[in-house]
Amino acid sequence: MPIEKFNILESTCVPLPMQNIDTDQIIPARFLKATSREGFGENLFRDWRFDKNGNPKPDFALNRPGYSGKILVGGKNFGSGSSREHAAWAIYDYGFRVVVSSFFADIFKNNALNNGLLPVQVSEDFLKKIFTEVDKNPKITLKVDLENQEISLQSTGDTFHFEINAYKKSCLLNGYDDIDFLLSKKEKILAFEQLQNKT
Amino acid sequence: MEAKTLFDKIWDSHVVDSVKNGPDILYIDQHFIHEVTSPQAFTGIEKRGVPLFRPQKTLATADHNIPTQNQELPIREKLSQIQVKTLTDNCEKHGVQLFGLGHPHNGIVHVIGAELGVTQPGMTIVCGDSHTSTHGAFGSIAFGIGTSEVEMVFASQCVLQPKPKKMRINIEGKLNKGVTSKDIILYIISQISASGATGYFVEYAGSAIRSLSMDARMTICNMSIEMGARGGMIAPDKVTFDYLKDREYAPKGADWDKAVEKWKALKTDEDAVFDREININAADIQPMITYGTNPGMGTFIDGKIPELEDIIPESRESFQKALNYMDFTPGMELAGHPVDYVFLGSCTNGRIEDIRAFTSLVKGRKKAENITAWIVPGSKQVEKQARDEGLLEILEEAGFQLRQPGCSACLAMNEDKIPSGKYAVSTSNRNFEGRQGPGSRTLLASPLTAAAAAVTGKITNPADLID
Ligand code: SF4
Repeated sequence: MPIEKFNILESTCVPLPMQNIDTDQIIPARFLKATSREGFGENLFRDWRFDKNGNPKPDFALNRPGYSGKILVGGKNFGSGSSREHAAWAIYDYGFRVVVSSFFADIFKNNALNNGLLPVQVSEDFLKKIFTEVDKNPKITLKVDLENQEISLQSTGDTFHFEINAYKKSCLLNGYDDIDFLLSKKEKILAFEQLQNKT
Repeated sequence: MEAKTLFDKIWDSHVVDSVKNGPDILYIDQHFIHEVTSPQAFTGIEKRGVPLFRPQKTLATADHNIPTQNQELPIREKLSQIQVKTLTDNCEKHGVQLFGLGHPHNGIVHVIGAELGVTQPGMTIVCGDSHTSTHGAFGSIAFGIGTSEVEMVFASQCVLQPKPKKMRINIEGKLNKGVTSKDIILYIISQISASGATGYFVEYAGSAIRSLSMDARMTICNMSIEMGARGGMIAPDKVTFDYLKDREYAPKGADWDKAVEKWKALKTDEDAVFDREININAADIQPMITYGTNPGMGTFIDGKIPELEDIIPESRESFQKALNYMDFTPGMELAGHPVDYVFLGSCTNGRIEDIRAFTSLVKGRKKAENITAWIVPGSKQVEKQARDEGLLEILEEAGFQLRQPGCSACLAMNEDKIPSGKYAVSTSNRNFEGRQGPGSRTLLASPLTAAAAAVTGKITNPADLID
């Protein structure tokens, strides 16, 4: 299935200035029982967002009326823990298209990219600046330009050049899908198997 | 020829093709699946209208959300029941071998792969579960993948992966009393942090590693992911070969001899270079326990929780948040703190040696009044062996029961949830907030430490209870 194309996004953001936001917080295991990909957004950050009785916790960023937008900004080591792709699905399903952090866990990064969710890794300083600016004014926007690999804080003009694997970048820009790509390599895979059987 | 690491040797021999400025197309020898991360991948290939490319290279088990009591009865929890049924239907439809609930080979995916001899040196192995790193103990490249990647393997028997960097962790010397492989890995993670090995594939080496059994080696490789590593591995040796010989899926007869010859070459060349090397003296390690909400927040049982000043400034807020969650204070001593639950099990410590270790300590003692203990074997075979070896009687004599196999309280997807606010000494691998049930407080430790807590009712250094 092709993923959604991504090029430029300008949006307000939701700040979660915590380190080590792990996949068990993003989507707790008890909500992994669905057999389709949709609907996980409902339980995104379930135990931070809602209390025991299912009432929203007013302090949590996603519940604060001031914060909105398609960009989630988290602290260092975002997405550590399990390989559950449900974490990326939940963030995407909720409506986010970009996650910004100063460091991502490997599997989460892959999962995000495979689902059209762009992980943008920035410096510790740049991350701090975002948090400070959003704290001052929740309405400020971030602009993410994938083609030029730039993220900028519109209120201050600060810009950061982020890294992304060239292959993954072109996948996202074109809405291209890994599985179609692998299927196009069948010949090579068959040849590899033959060689492997011989040795 | 250029000197290569063990990792390079296996990786390079599985690259089908490389994408320019992009990832490698890596061929996968063995794929494991389970009920939670596979349904969407099956739906995916069905929607595309492509068949499973190599169904015989995928093996399935139901483990994550199955109950650990009354497995003979239909699963009570509706959604779990549907997920397990979906797995069964999918496997039937696509020709995948399934060791479902009740099958004598059923168990946690990473426990059965090894004990059946499916996991072998030199292989590339993936599974939609981050603790796939466990299989690296046999000298294979094994790592967890997401569901989109499960779909890739279904469709092409390959995944797209950038080649990770390489790290070697050398542990030399003799282990102290009461120190197990779980303590080694908790110690390493506490030293380099929960993200310290992100982007790396780790090889564990040194005399202390060589001295370990396969079960113990698996515990170490299993938790590689808890320091962010893509996976961990140990070069195969006589211990590996002895373990595999005569296992159901291991090669037999002349094939066996040929395989062992090949496996013997699987080691890092003398002058191969790693991107990072860490040296650890085994004598520096004491029995460990975690006090916080990531596996890097660990300390010696006889030690103290760090003071706020000992933590680097940028991590202080997370540190304080974790201690609030655990209801602990900086500088506090851990030994003697009361415990409510003990969980022995999971793919980290649910193998036969773990149950033996636990049993050896509780033998002749009694379960403490305040403790609820869940002892969950990692597989049907482990369960059977525990019975056959008479461990069950010793456990019962001491006031414990054996449950039926599954992931259980490791991730609390089934009914085995630690209640909110309760402390659990757990032999599993993650102490994240709510991992073992909403509000649960997890203290990760070895089977010996779990046993010590189970008989004393509080955090206790197992070295104090063994001669
Ligand atoms: S025991 Fe825990 S870590 Fe291991 S496979 Fe099951 S849920 Fe994952």
